[in-house]
Amino acid sequence: MSRLFSNRLLGIAAAIALTGTALFLPEKPLLAGDDAPVDARRIVAVGGSVTEVVFALGEQHRLIARDTTSTFPSEANTLPDVGYIRALSPEGVLSVDPDLILMLEGSGPPEAVEVLEKSGIAIARVPEAYTGEGIVAKVRTVGEALGVSGRAEPLARKLEADLAAAREDAGDRSAGIRVLFILSTRGGRILASGTGTAADGILKLAGATNAVSDFTGYKQLSDEAILSAAPDVVLMMDRTGDHGASADELFSHPALGKTPAGKHKRLVTMGGQYLLGFGPRTAEAVRDLAARLAETRG
Amino acid sequence: MSLWPRSARVAALFGLTEAGDGNREPLARIVTGGLVLLTLAVMLGSLATGPIAVPVLDLLPHVPGHVLAAGDGAPDGVSLRDWIVVMDIRLPRLVLGALVGAALAVSGAVMQGLFRNPLADPGIVGVSAGAGLGAALFIVLGNAALAPVMALLGIYAVPLAAFAGGLVTTLLLYRIGTRGGITSVATLLLAGIALGALTGAMTGLLVYVADDQQLRDLQFWGLGSLAGSNWEKVLSAAPIILAMLVSVPFLARGLNALTLGEAAAAHLGVRVQRLKNLSILLVAAATGASVAVSGGIGFVGIVVPHLLRLTIGPDHRYLLPASGLLGASLLIAADTLARTIVAPAEMPIGIITAFAGAPFFLWILLRKRGLTGL
Repeated sequence: MSRLFSNRLLGIAAAIALTGTALFLPEKPLLAGDDAPVDARRIVAVGGSVTEVVFALGEQHRLIARDTTSTFPSEANTLPDVGYIRALSPEGVLSVDPDLILMLEGSGPPEAVEVLEKSGIAIARVPEAYTGEGIVAKVRTVGEALGVSGRAEPLARKLEADLAAAREDAGDRSAGIRVLFILSTRGGRILASGTGTAADGILKLAGATNAVSDFTGYKQLSDEAILSAAPDVVLMMDRTGDHGASADELFSHPALGKTPAGKHKRLVTMGGQYLLGFGPRTAEAVRDLAARLAETRG
Repeated sequence: MSLWPRSARVAALFGLTEAGDGNREPLARIVTGGLVLLTLAVMLGSLATGPIAVPVLDLLPHVPGHVLAAGDGAPDGVSLRDWIVVMDIRLPRLVLGALVGAALAVSGAVMQGLFRNPLADPGIVGVSAGAGLGAALFIVLGNAALAPVMALLGIYAVPLAAFAGGLVTTLLLYRIGTRGGITSVATLLLAGIALGALTGAMTGLLVYVADDQQLRDLQFWGLGSLAGSNWEKVLSAAPIILAMLVSVPFLARGLNALTLGEAAAAHLGVRVQRLKNLSILLVAAATGASVAVSGGIGFVGIVVPHLLRLTIGPDHRYLLPASGLLGASLLIAADTLARTIVAPAEMPIGIITAFAGAPFFLWILLRKRGLTGL
């Protein structure tokens, strides 16, 4: 516990120091060249939100490849895909000849990352946290690694302010609404989000209540657990775009159909990367989500 | 009642009595020799193939000296990237692919001989699932309940746990499937399915308590992959698999005799119980080590020995080494496909072996319908 605390203190201190330095030294490298070549011209972005930040900073011309989760903005799709974020192929990454890899926390497998490290390519690790602070930290880390802290800082502050405003707007309208986030319903089994997930994070930002909070991560819910969670609304990732039909199908589930959400057929679907990416679009996603949750109150 | 095709039983009898199958033995020698060349060619081809063009032939002469000197970084005059692609990505994958492919194919051949049943295979009768459960136990509980064992065994903990899981499953299977020295095919296969389901359920229980990182590791058992290969994994699996590959030829004569039934084999001077114990131990060890480093790669163990039995006959003196060579070649070829077909991304190898193996397996079933007694 105390270690966590001191890590956090250290992080805050580092963030303050870096921010301070950034203000005084705009457009200059913060790290010496051997860590991250700020003049990198051949960059691989791994992680959808990392790619979004690179685009938001206007540095997309330096990207030469991306991972499977990097699908926004649509221009990103024209870049070669080096594989799923957690199943990168080391030779595939090496084959595009990058001089910098921007890697979202959790990228892997560890063996692949090990080989990439050994090859001497600079790797910038971008922290992942499902909070507003997490988004701001991502922007700063990416900006720093690209040597454009001068542009990243205003963006970080803008996002911080946007998020604060979005949270404030959202706070009252969606307060107290119990939301069940369902990751998948494969085979009639409801895989729902507990705490510590991106879904839980976005619900918190939107001021809503996660209907299940007695476990962490994504787990399958029993019928009784679904009933006792008693969600007012079900939130899912948008896959088909056909909301009406998917709501009917979803609430034909015997347990789910008996919850308040089921009785009133209250289903909200949003794009997965938009909703759960924790990137530059998150403030907008928070507003959207809060507005759509508020609508369900009628 | 043995279920081999009759001609196979006769041929095995001749193999055993040294008279030799007049037609098959020279062919078996030629095929086995050809497989040695094929394996070498596939190895070289795999080493030279990938999303990055690397002058492999120029690099290879540097390898022995570099390994002996335990050097760090690339030798003089070689680009670091090329060196890493060959030494840290392709070569460990190649060695691991060869070891796993040989282990799976030879294990299949030994099990089929032991159970006198052409359908026995570590994957199909649930031994791989048992090994997977052993490995999963350590992946999920290695940092908690099993931490002391993990600390003691280090990189060998997961392969050894997989070995133990494979061994227990094989022993159970043998106890259930064999009565009075006679193995019942139907009982064996059904018991294998039940054991597979049971170990699958226990692995499912572990999946439930696993965290996200562990889930990612567990998912890897399902499809099987050589993607995370490195020298550490080679070192953890190689001793067990090599020990099995080296000792298995000594079982060949015994397995040939066993084709006639346990009583007949005993009359021929084979120490049947010792043969069975040794076979089970070796198969469980090799399957366990393979599953531990590459997950559940299916169909190699059943397709390879079958293909060879159709070509060179059932004499285990040729069948076992030939299975090892063909298994290694096939897996290396499949892995080369896996890492190049969707480059720069990668495809799980289990998908490729299943696509190639499952239709072949069905074809065998259709061909042998009526002979297998199913």
